[in-house]
Amino acid sequence: MSTAHSLLEPLIFEASSPGHQGVSLPASGVPERPLQALLPQAWLRKKPAQLPEVSQLETVRHFTRLSQLNHCIDTGFYPLGSCTMKYNPKVCDTYNQLEGFTALHPMAPEHLCQGTLGLMYRLQHCLMDITGFDAVTLQPAAGAQGELVGMMMVQSYFRQKNDTARTEVIIPDSAHGTNPASAGMCGFDVKELRSDPKTGRVDLEKLAKLLSHKTAALMLTNPSTLGLFESDILTISQLVHDAGGLMYYDGANLNAVMGQARPADMGFDVMHINTHKTFATPHGGGGPGSGPVAVNRRLEAFLPSPIVTFDGIRYGLDWDRPHSIGQVKAFYGNVEMMVRAYAYILAHGASGLAQVSEDAVLNANYLRARLSQAYHVPYNTVCKHEFILDSSRQHAQHEKINTMTLAKRLMDFGFHPPTVYFPLIVHEAMMIEPTETESKATLDRFVEAMLTIAEECQQQPERVIQAPHTTPVSRVDEVVAAKKLDLNYFLTLETSSGTNSLEATLS
Amino acid sequence: MSNFLPHTAADRQAMLKAIGVSGIDALFEDIPAQLRGPKHYTALPADGLSELEIQDALKQLATENKATELACFLGGGAYDRFIPQAVNTIASRSEFATSYTPYQPEISQGTLQVIYEFQSMMASLTGMDVVNASVYDGASAVTEAALMAARLTKRNHIWVSRNVHPDYRRVLSTYVQANQSLSLQEFSANIQPEELPRSENNPACIILQWPGYLGTLEDPTPWQAYCEQHQILLVVVADPVSLGVLEPPGQYGASIVVGELQPLGNHLAYGGPYCGYIATRKQYLRQLPGRLVGRSVDSQGRPCFTLTLQTREQHIRREKATSNICTNQALNLLKATVYLSLLGPQGLATVASVSAQRCHYLVEKLCQIEGIALLFPDQPFLFEAALKLSQPTALFLKALERQGILGGIELGKAYTEYPNALLVTTTEKTHPNLIERYIQVAKDFFNPATAVSPPQALDEEEWARPSADPFAYAEKISATGSGSLHHRNCVIVPAGNSNAPATSGEGVSAR
Repeated sequence: MSTAHSLLEPLIFEASSPGHQGVSLPASGVPERPLQALLPQAWLRKKPAQLPEVSQLETVRHFTRLSQLNHCIDTGFYPLGSCTMKYNPKVCDTYNQLEGFTALHPMAPEHLCQGTLGLMYRLQHCLMDITGFDAVTLQPAAGAQGELVGMMMVQSYFRQKNDTARTEVIIPDSAHGTNPASAGMCGFDVKELRSDPKTGRVDLEKLAKLLSHKTAALMLTNPSTLGLFESDILTISQLVHDAGGLMYYDGANLNAVMGQARPADMGFDVMHINTHKTFATPHGGGGPGSGPVAVNRRLEAFLPSPIVTFDGIRYGLDWDRPHSIGQVKAFYGNVEMMVRAYAYILAHGASGLAQVSEDAVLNANYLRARLSQAYHVPYNTVCKHEFILDSSRQHAQHEKINTMTLAKRLMDFGFHPPTVYFPLIVHEAMMIEPTETESKATLDRFVEAMLTIAEECQQQPERVIQAPHTTPVSRVDEVVAAKKLDLNYFLTLETSSGTNSLEATLS
Repeated sequence: MSNFLPHTAADRQAMLKAIGVSGIDALFEDIPAQLRGPKHYTALPADGLSELEIQDALKQLATENKATELACFLGGGAYDRFIPQAVNTIASRSEFATSYTPYQPEISQGTLQVIYEFQSMMASLTGMDVVNASVYDGASAVTEAALMAARLTKRNHIWVSRNVHPDYRRVLSTYVQANQSLSLQEFSANIQPEELPRSENNPACIILQWPGYLGTLEDPTPWQAYCEQHQILLVVVADPVSLGVLEPPGQYGASIVVGELQPLGNHLAYGGPYCGYIATRKQYLRQLPGRLVGRSVDSQGRPCFTLTLQTREQHIRREKATSNICTNQALNLLKATVYLSLLGPQGLATVASVSAQRCHYLVEKLCQIEGIALLFPDQPFLFEAALKLSQPTALFLKALERQGILGGIELGKAYTEYPNALLVTTTEKTHPNLIERYIQVAKDFFNPATAVSPPQALDEEEWARPSADPFAYAEKISATGSGSLHHRNCVIVPAGNSNAPATSGEGVSAR
C-alpha cells in the first residue's frame, strides 16, 4: 500500500484517542452489583473491542465528509439499466419516520399494531391490483429473496403433486445473475435459453426444445434486460403451461408496464416486486431492499407464513398455513420499505402509476433515438423503459476505448455511468434506464455529454481513456484490491511490516 | 397527478416527435392488445393523493400503533434501544440514502469507506478476522452461515440449539427444506455436548446463541472442545451489544460468528429492515457470502476502497455463486457504524451493563413474588431472562398491558416445552420508574387479595379501532375525482357500490 498518499478522509480509527465518547448514557438507577457478581469471570470481556473513541462532532464530521464522496440521486442522474434509480419522494421518507412506525416492536400484540398491519394489508391489495395476482407476501427482504421464495413455492407445488421429475428451471441468457443463483439454491438444474440473436427476444423454437416433463418453471424478465417486451408472451406462457411448467416473472422491470399490462394477465403464475425500484424506496447505497411476491390461486397456499389478514374488524397475522414454504425472514419483512412504497402508491394512484410507466418508456425511447446517432444500438427498435447500446463504434476508433472507459468518462460530466457489461449477451453492453422522474432538460444534458464523449473518442481519445478526471479518486485498481486483500484495518496493522496475512492465506 | 413527474404536455410532444412517433400508444404496440384492456382496481385510488392527504393517512396509521405508547419490556432479537440523534441525522443524508450499490468506486468512496470501517469494527467486536458487508438480518446470517459450513466441510447435517432465536431456526428450516441435500437437527437449550443425541455422522456445524434466546449464557468451553474434537465448525449467534461486556466468540473457538445489528442504532420498525452480519476466520473467506470491501489504490497511487472478491457473487458466478444474495443492508450498516463510533468501547459496555443491572434488579424483585421464578435458575443471564409463572402468561401480560406495559414475550408459543413462561428484557431506555411499576403490577396480579378475579381475557376492542373499510380513500377519490376515471387503461369499481372495497379474499377474486 502506498504511503506517499493518504485517504481523502482518514479512517475514523486514526482520529481515535482514549477517553472520548460521542454520546452520554444514563446510569442504571437501580441498586447495582459488579458484573463479576452477575456473570462468571471467565466470560467477561478481557480486551475491549477496538472501537473508535471520538467526540460527537468529530464523528458527525467524519461521516458527513464521507457522504460527500458519494454520487446519489439527489445530486445527479443515474441512468442505471435494470436498477430503476428514480427520485425517492421526500414525503415517503419523512412520514415513514413517525415514531408510531419506527418504535413498534415486532412482538407487540397484534391488536396494538393495527396501523402497521393495516398498512401492510392495504399494500398487499394495492400490489395485487397492480400485478393482477390473487395474493401477496411482503416478507422477502429483497428482490433476490423474492426470487428464491418464488422458486421455493414452485418446488412445493410440484412436491405436493408428487411430480418429482421437475428438476429443471429454464432461464434466458439475458437474465439477472440472481435468477440462476436463486434456482440453484433450491437444487434446480438451470437450463440456459439462448435468446434469438436477431430480435433479442425469446426464441420460441429453442424454448420448445428445452421444455419437457422435467421443466419446473421458466424464469422470465418482461420487458427483458434488453428493454424489449416479449410480444410472444402469451404463446410462451401457453408453451410452458402445456409442458406442465410454471411461469416466473422477474419484476425488476415492472416500472415499464404498470397500468399497461399485468404479469398475471400475461400468463405468469408468480412474480417478485422490487419496491426499491418500482416504488421508489431508497437504495441506501446497496440496501435495504424489499421483495414482495405475488401469486395466483395455484400457488397461494405455499406463500411464506405469516400473511396479513383482515376479518372486517381487525388486522392480524395468519400463521396457520399448513402448505406454506415457511418463514424466510425474521418477523414480517422490511416494514419501513413498505410504508414508503405504500405512500408512493398513494401519491400516484392508478392513473399516476400508468403515467409513470408511460413516461419511463417515453424517456428511454427519447434517449435511444438521440443516442443512436452516435452509438451503436444493437436492437434499435421501440424499447420499453431501458435499452442497450455498445461501444463498438468508439472502439473502432481507438483500441483502448471500451464500455468501461466511456462509463468512467461520463462521471466527469456529473452522471453516474449506466449499467455496464450487462446483459451478458451483448458484447461491451451499456444499459441505459433513465426512469420517469428525469426531466427533458436532464436527458438533454446527458445526451450532450454522450455526444461530446463520442467526439472525444475521435479527437482526443486519451482524455477518455484516462478518465475519470474530476472524481474524488481516479480510476480504482480492482486487481490490487483482490490480490493484496485488506478487509480489516486491525488485521492489516498486525502485519503491516510484511505481507498481509489475508494475502498469504489466499496465495 | 403526481408531483414527481416533471414533463409538461409540450415536453412529451417534443420527445415523441424526436422519437419519430405520433403518440405514446406507438411505444406500447409491442404489447399484445388483449393485455391492454381495462383493469378493475379494488384497492388503488384512481388518482394520486396530495402530499397533505398522504401525510394525514400515514399519521392516522401511525397513531393506530398503540403499542408504541406503552413501556417496552420486549426483546427476543429486537431491542428498544436508545438511538443517538446523530445516527439518524447521518443516515438520512441523501448522499447515503439515495445512492446506489458502490459498483463504481470512483464516485462511491463514502459508502465504501463506511463499509470498510464497519468490517473492521465488527471483526474486533467479535474477535474474528473478516466480516462481510452485511446480509438481510440475523435469520439470514444464521442460514447463510449454515450453508457456508456445509460447503466448507462438504457435510450435509446442521445441528442447531433451541436456544437460537425461533425465527432464525424457522428461516433456516425453510432454506434447508428447499435445498435438496441438507438436513437439520434441533437440540434442547442449556444442555452439554455429551447430552446430544448420538449420531453416525458429524454435522457440518453446531449453531449456538450466546446469550441465548431464552436469555441464558451457556458455558461455551465444552462446545469448543467438542467441535474441535470432531472437526465441526462452531457457529455462534452473538448480540452485538452483549459483546460490549462479554468475551468475543473468536476467543472460544467459533469458526463463524453471526448476528443481528438492529440493536446498534436501528429502529424496531416492526421487524425490519434489520441487518445481519457474518464474521469468520481468514481461511474460510472464499466461502463467505455477501459483499466485501477492500482497500486499493487509484491510478495515481492514492489509497481508496472498492468492492472486492466479487467472483464469489451471483452477478459473476450465477448458479455457482456462494449465495443468491445480491443486496446488503448498507443503510442499516451505516447506522450501526455511526452508533459504534459514537459509543466507543466504553459506551457499548455501559449500554450492556446498564441493561443488565436493570434486568437483574427486576428479576430479583419479581422472583420474590410467589408465583414467579426463573425458568433456568442455575444459568447466568445478561439483560434478558426467562421466567416461569404460576398463572397463564397471557393473563399476566394483559394485566401489565392495562397498566401501560408490554411485559414480555410469551414463550409458550415458540416453546411448547415451556408453558406459562415469559421472556422479559430491559434496556438503557427502561426507566427505573417503569421497572417499579412492573414490579407493582406483578405483586398485585399474583396476590390473591388484589388480583382482578377472574382477569378478563379479551378486551382488545378498547384499542382496536381501524377503519372499517381499508380502502376508503379509493371511494373518496373516485367520488370527487370525476373526470379522472376516463384514463385509458383504468376502470375503477364505481364508488358507492357497497360490495366494492374488498374486505376478504373472496371480494378480491371477483375482480
